[in-house]
Amino acid sequence: MAPIEPFKIKVFTFVILCAVFLSYTFWLYSEVPAKSKPANTLAEKGKMIWQQKNCSACHQLYGLGGHLGPDLTNVYSRRPEIYIRAILQAGTPVMPDFHLSSKEKDALVAFFKYTNTTGTADPKSFTQHLDGTISQP
Amino acid sequence: MEQYPNHKINYSVAFIKMALLFLLSALSFGLLAALQYIIPGFGRDTFSFEKLRPLHVSSAVFWIILGAMGSVISFFRQHKRRKLKNQFWIKVQFYIFTLSFGGALVSYCFGIFSGREYWEFHPLLAIPIAIGWIVFIVNFLSNLGTLKNQPVYIWMWFTGILFFLFTYVESNLWLIPAINDNLVKDMTIQWKSYGSMVGSWNLLIYGSSIFLMDAISGSKKYSYSNLVFALYFLSLFNLMFNWGHHIYTLPTSLYIKDIGYLVSMTELFLFGRIIYLWRSSVTTAQKYFHIRPYRFLLAADVWVFLTLGLAVCMSIPALNIYMHGTHVIVAHTMGATIGINSFLLIAFACYILGKKKNGNFFKSKWIDIGFWVINISLVFFWISLIVAGFIKSHWMFHQPDVPFGVMMMSLKPWFISFYISGCGLFIGFCMIIFPLLFNHLLRDENNSFFKRKENHNLKEMVLD
Ligand code: HEC
Ligand code: HEM
Repeated sequence: MAPIEPFKIKVFTFVILCAVFLSYTFWLYSEVPAKSKPANTLAEKGKMIWQQKNCSACHQLYGLGGHLGPDLTNVYSRRPEIYIRAILQAGTPVMPDFHLSSKEKDALVAFFKYTNTTGTADPKSFTQHLDGTISQP
Repeated sequence: MEQYPNHKINYSVAFIKMALLFLLSALSFGLLAALQYIIPGFGRDTFSFEKLRPLHVSSAVFWIILGAMGSVISFFRQHKRRKLKNQFWIKVQFYIFTLSFGGALVSYCFGIFSGREYWEFHPLLAIPIAIGWIVFIVNFLSNLGTLKNQPVYIWMWFTGILFFLFTYVESNLWLIPAINDNLVKDMTIQWKSYGSMVGSWNLLIYGSSIFLMDAISGSKKYSYSNLVFALYFLSLFNLMFNWGHHIYTLPTSLYIKDIGYLVSMTELFLFGRIIYLWRSSVTTAQKYFHIRPYRFLLAADVWVFLTLGLAVCMSIPALNIYMHGTHVIVAHTMGATIGINSFLLIAFACYILGKKKNGNFFKSKWIDIGFWVINISLVFFWISLIVAGFIKSHWMFHQPDVPFGVMMMSLKPWFISFYISGCGLFIGFCMIIFPLLFNHLLRDENNSFFKRKENHNLKEMVLD
């Protein structure tokens, strides 16, 4: 039997990798990642304000985002609502005042309430295992 | 020798020069953004961090993408030594990208955002960019011909170009409500797409650097070898499946993280290979160090080593949680985009713009000094961010009662050294960017490697 042409091996490898990649990808699109619930309408509005004002340039959710401000995934359980509203009202010496309307503030608070229900981002709460993996509460 | 006989404007050069302008923009906005780290509240009500960060990060991404495109197009132009097919469409591609990237920066100044990482502009701008990319694919394929008997870098470009489009579209899936309303799902898909997208542009840039190394060493053996193809498939495998390491702390399905972890560990082969080849790398380095583009390739090799070392640590979930969300990640990202991507692109830019029409390199001691200024600054830049990151990590784990603002104040000395070394980077890059932008004004180098091979330009010497 004649040896297989190297070009064919390359094309074959490429096609197999792509097929596995695409299957995995579309599986992920259809599957809902563990435990999490969708946001309600108000929280969804809050998410859009969060994006339009680009809050994530300074803040993180689950540790992802800019690094000038704190992670806000669980700010709702860490701070009283009135405190969050006060910060949204006036900003801080670093954080600008975004002149948010009271509706916008409601939506953002609902968003933080929602992010808080999706899980915890505090690395202290994770358990480390000997094989290098971690588990979350 | 007349290299570009038929056209008034050489668009491969235009791409690279435009890319250099975006690099200049990235550096300038980077310095302004970093100022907010050392003078808290600086520009709070005018040019706050939510504008400056995207101006900086997007400019950096635009530099990388335009530079990568420029290097691929230059290859067809110079290597194939024939008139480019689809001249008109290459011009269209150039203007689409220049206008939409420029438009994105202007829109940030007006506070218009999508609020996503890296691509922070309004989703409407995603449309021309996707169309521009399709034009790029058509231009690439029509100039390529067939994949058969092609060296590895053609495969790398081919896959990089295809996967970029796929992941770019994927990164916009948040516009579908069913994805957007579930934060964890949205973030999973977002970081899946970004992880692979960075892999895609890396394929473009690494491809260009292999082509360049072929040209410098005068041997085509490497880029056709089985080993290099095996490494290419390993990178592709990582591009497709290693992205889970971005989201270990996200409460998404466990198998996503396990796959990310396992696949990322295959990068240890690459790491081991660098160590294994260390000796021969030193010999090669001594042989070619006097060639300007090579110097940047060599420096990038050192940064690949450092970045990969850090990346492997970050890919172990139990270690990742100490670095995630801290400036160690910023060190890693900027270390990679500067030390690897930018160095490889600068090597290519020196190769394309640094040559005169007669094939000689021009004389510029600025570029040679700039090389050292950048490398030394980058070491301090990188270390400052890593130390700041570890102090923040200590705070996250052990000082729950210390307020965020107090912790940030305690990082100030490291932010100052970050800023000063950032100034070093700015100055060093300017010493390279300006001579390359105004290359037509510079004189020939007297004793260059290329001069010795009189009447031959690099390409003839190497490929004929
Ligand atoms: C320029 C950077 C910046 C931007 C943009 C920004 N913030 Fe902040 N924010 C901060 C900083 C810094 C703090 C922390 C102040 C401190 O604790 O010293 C903060 C604190 C907060 C807090 C209180 C957190 C806590 O634990 O005390 C909330 C809530 C908040 N920001 C929400 C937002 C929202 C919503 C947006 C977008 C509309 C936003 N921020 C945009 C910098 C920013
Ligand atoms: C070639 C030059 C540069 C490139 C390619 C580059 C690239 C990047 C990238 C990709 C990020 C995003 C990092 C992340 O999300 O983790 C970033 C962030 C940043 N860069 Fe740069 N950078 C460059 C130079 C500089 C310089 C000279 C400075 C000035 C000191 C600087 C300051 C910053 C700041 C302040 C951030 C935001 C950090 C944060 O998340 O809070 N950069 N840069």
